[in-house]
This record gives sequence, C-alpha cells and structure tokens, in this order.
Amino acid sequence: MTFEKFVFYLFAAILVFAATMVITRRNPVHSALFLVLAFFSSAGIWLLAEAEFLAIVLILVYVGAVMVLFLFVVMMLDIDLATLRAGFIRYMPVGALVALVMAVEIFMVVGPANFGLDKVPAPVAQPAGYNNTEELGSVLYTVYMYPFEVAAVILLVGIIAAIGLTMRRRPETKYQNPSLQVRVKKADRLRVIKMDAED
Amino acid sequence: MDSLITFWEWLGTNLIVLQILIKIVVIVAPLMLCVAYFTYAERKLIGYMQVRIGPNRVGPKGWLQPIADAVKLMFKEIVIPTKANKVLFLIAPLLTLGPALAAWAVFPFSDGLVLADLNAGLLYILALTSIGVYGVIIAGWASNSKYAFLGAMRSAAQIVAYEIAMGFALVGVLVAAGSLNLGEIVRAQQSDAGIFGWFWLPLFPLFLIYFISGVAETNRAPFDVAEGESEIVAGFHVEYSGMPFAVFFLGEYANMILISALTALLFLGGWLSPLPASWVDGVFLLGDGIHWLFLKTAFAGFFFLWFRATFPRYRYDQIMRLGWKVFIPITIVWILVVGVMVVYRFAWFS
Repeated sequence: MTFEKFVFYLFAAILVFAATMVITRRNPVHSALFLVLAFFSSAGIWLLAEAEFLAIVLILVYVGAVMVLFLFVVMMLDIDLATLRAGFIRYMPVGALVALVMAVEIFMVVGPANFGLDKVPAPVAQPAGYNNTEELGSVLYTVYMYPFEVAAVILLVGIIAAIGLTMRRRPETKYQNPSLQVRVKKADRLRVIKMDAED
Repeated sequence: MDSLITFWEWLGTNLIVLQILIKIVVIVAPLMLCVAYFTYAERKLIGYMQVRIGPNRVGPKGWLQPIADAVKLMFKEIVIPTKANKVLFLIAPLLTLGPALAAWAVFPFSDGLVLADLNAGLLYILALTSIGVYGVIIAGWASNSKYAFLGAMRSAAQIVAYEIAMGFALVGVLVAAGSLNLGEIVRAQQSDAGIFGWFWLPLFPLFLIYFISGVAETNRAPFDVAEGESEIVAGFHVEYSGMPFAVFFLGEYANMILISALTALLFLGGWLSPLPASWVDGVFLLGDGIHWLFLKTAFAGFFFLWFRATFPRYRYDQIMRLGWKVFIPITIVWILVVGVMVVYRFAWFS
C-alpha cells in the first residue's frame, strides 16, 4: 500500500464514521460537530486529489461559517427526544421506502455503470508548482463566465428574499439609532443648574 | 558544523517526518515563550499606562512572573462542572490553541524561511483562523452555564461578522499582490521606495479594517464582549480552571501574535527593510532580514495592549453595526479601487 492510498483510506474511514455519527447521535450538537469532522476528512481527500483550493474553501466556508451558524441555532434548540421518537414506528415504512428509492437512484447515477474503475482513468500527478487556484480562476472567469454570474445573481436573489421575509416593522422592539446617539452633544443631555448651598 | 549540515540533509532525504517535527519545535517553542512574555508585557505596559508598576515581585523586575503563573495554573485543580459535557468541555480549549499554532506552518519568516511554502497560503490562514471560533462556542455550550453560553453566542455572531470584513480585506491584498502565497505577497511589496512601497499605503482602509477585525476576532478589548467581565463574569471560560483555562489563555495570546505577525507580513512588508534597498543593501541590520519582521510584529502587538488600556468595551449592537454596515461596504469599495489601480498599473503596481 502506498502512502497516498493509506491517507485516502484513513480519511475515507473517518469520513464514513463521522457521517454515520451525524445521523445516529441523539444530541443535535454532537451531530453538528461530527458533520464538521466529516467536512474536514472530505477536505483531506480533496487535498489528496490536488484540489487544494476546493479543500481549503470547503473548510473556510462550510466549517468556518455555515456550520458555525448551524451550531448557533442547534445549541439554542431544546429538543424533546420523547416526542421526536413518538412517531418512529408509524412513519418507519414510508421512511424506509423513501430511503430505498433514494439509495437505488444514487446507485444508478454514481454506481459502477458510470463511475466504475474502468470508466475513470487513474489521475496523473501534477508537476510541482502546479497552481490549482490559478487554474480554477482562469477557467471560472473565461469558459464558465455566464454560469458563474448566473449563480451569483441567484445567490443575491436568495439573500434579498431572506431579508425580505424577515424584515418587518416591529414597533414593540426597542431600537437604538447609533448615529443619533453619536451625534448627541453635552448640551442636549446635561443642564447645569445654579443653586444656593443649603444651610 | 559541517557534520551537522550533512546530518540535516540526511534527515531531509531519509527521515523527513523527523525533520519536519524538528522544524515545528523550532517554531512553536519560541512562540510559546513569546506568548508567556507577551502576557508579562501586557501587565507591565497597562500598568505604566495606568500609573502603576505592574508585576515586580517574582524575579528581577518581575521577569519570572509568567513562569510562576504557568506553574501555578499547572498545579491547580481542574474543576469540571457536574452537568457539563466532559469530552467537549476538554476539547474546546484545544480547538482554540490548535489553529493558532497550525497557522504558523505557512508563515514565511524571511525569504525562503518557511515550513510549508503553500501556493494557497493566505487561504489556509483564513481557513484556520475561522476554525478558532469553535473553541469558544463549544466551551460555552459544554459548560452548561448561562454566562458561558451567553458569551459563546455573542462571540459566534461577532466572529462570523468580522471574518467577512477580514476576508474581504485579504481579497484586496491578494488582488494587489496577484498571489495567495505569503512569500510572494511580501516580495510584491519590495520596491525602491522602502516603507512607502508596502501595501499599507495603497490599501490603507483595508489595513485598518484588517487590524481592527483582527482585534475583534481575537476577542480583545474593546471587542471583548465574549468575556465581558462586568456583564457576564468571564463569558465562555467562566467554568474553566487550571490547565484548560491556561490553554484558552495561550490560545488567545497566540492568536494575537498571529494577527500582529500577519499584519506585519501582509501590509507592513514582512522581512523587508523600511529603507530603500539601494541605500542599505548589505549594510548590517539595516538590510532586509527576519529582525524587521519581529520589530513590526512587536509594533502591531503593542496596539493590542494599547487598545485594551484605552478604549471602553463596545456595546454589542454597535459591534454588529460597525462590522456589517461600516467595514464590509468600505472593503468592497476599496477592492474595486485596488482592482482599478492594478489594471491601470498605478504607482505601486507598475
């Protein structure tokens, strides 16, 4: 076994283990943290495939930002496990059926028929000094310019939609206007009164 | 000496893991010493700023104070709250310290003096600094304490907000240098204008925003709402004692040194001499060298301490306003300005 193979199987084993833990742990915070571990191991596998830009961006975006917000929300939930598991037996057949259909679909798409060992040639190691970031950037901004921009616009629409859904006048909340606060002068707040000393 | 060099080369070809381990020790051991004496410098400097003397009992002028502190923390009892999540409670401090140390792997101390010369070095640093927040969040949650949890919530929102501004500031640097490699970024600042050729001048707004965001990222005053002694006792690490607390402490100071060193590297020319190269080339200590990097790092680090002695703590909503409504728009505008300057080969980029 070469070193690369060893590293691949190590990361792959951790990835599968972490992914299993994500769906089996009762505690949602533990699940979220195992998902972080899963991201880390997939980033490791991508590094092995010489896609260092994607690997680091996976950690930067998913671990550094998305999962932080996930944890943020999950930590504040007080999940009642009893009610959560109450309907387990009732919904089991439907759930199992959906899972089976999904598994078959996934197998048909990414199974050996399309992605078998004979279909994909073994990757050739890039020469030293190969810059994955530069490569991706030049392709992204020339060949895939329009899809890239369309994706950006879709994301922008998503942001605006999310803000539009949550922005509403809430007269009952107390709001401070910081610029007004900053502009306050001493004369607005403070009045010095001349008064005689009491005797 | 010659036999040592041969041995070193032999290690490089046969036992590369051992060679890398030695390099890691050579970086981390002085770093830990710097962290220890950074705490001493902080207490002394803030003492002088507040017309006190600061620690002066342990050893001459208090020089042994950090050692005494470390020994004290090592022998203290580790208290784990009964209802705490024990594993996560103990992992959290490591998650703060780990990334702060791992980031040094791609840090070029001088021309070619770097452990791992990564092409995507800047991205690597950004990714690792973004992981630091997990330590705080997990500590807050695993402690099972209201104060700790409040600190974690505050910190999570704050760090995510300032990370965006920080990332955009780094995008400016990347556009200006045309590379993600930290060594290349420093070499791009080399010119015959000396100090005026560094990126702090053309990227001045980004320089300020990067440093201020760095202060916010490390949860330092005036952005230390995650600790907020006067509001939530000590925030996320209120339940920690002994060595786990010490690890948090080390992580915070290691992060401060990292941010200072990165500011020196990205905006203040790293190991480059502030004097024009044609004047001082080859002159002892005035030419380029690692000592300039240390001086610049110390200069940036001093600001962390100065801020703490000077500014009162920000109010939480104003932190958010500053991050989202002031810093992010400014960085976006300045990235555009930098782009225009680079395209039209303006002064610094010709």
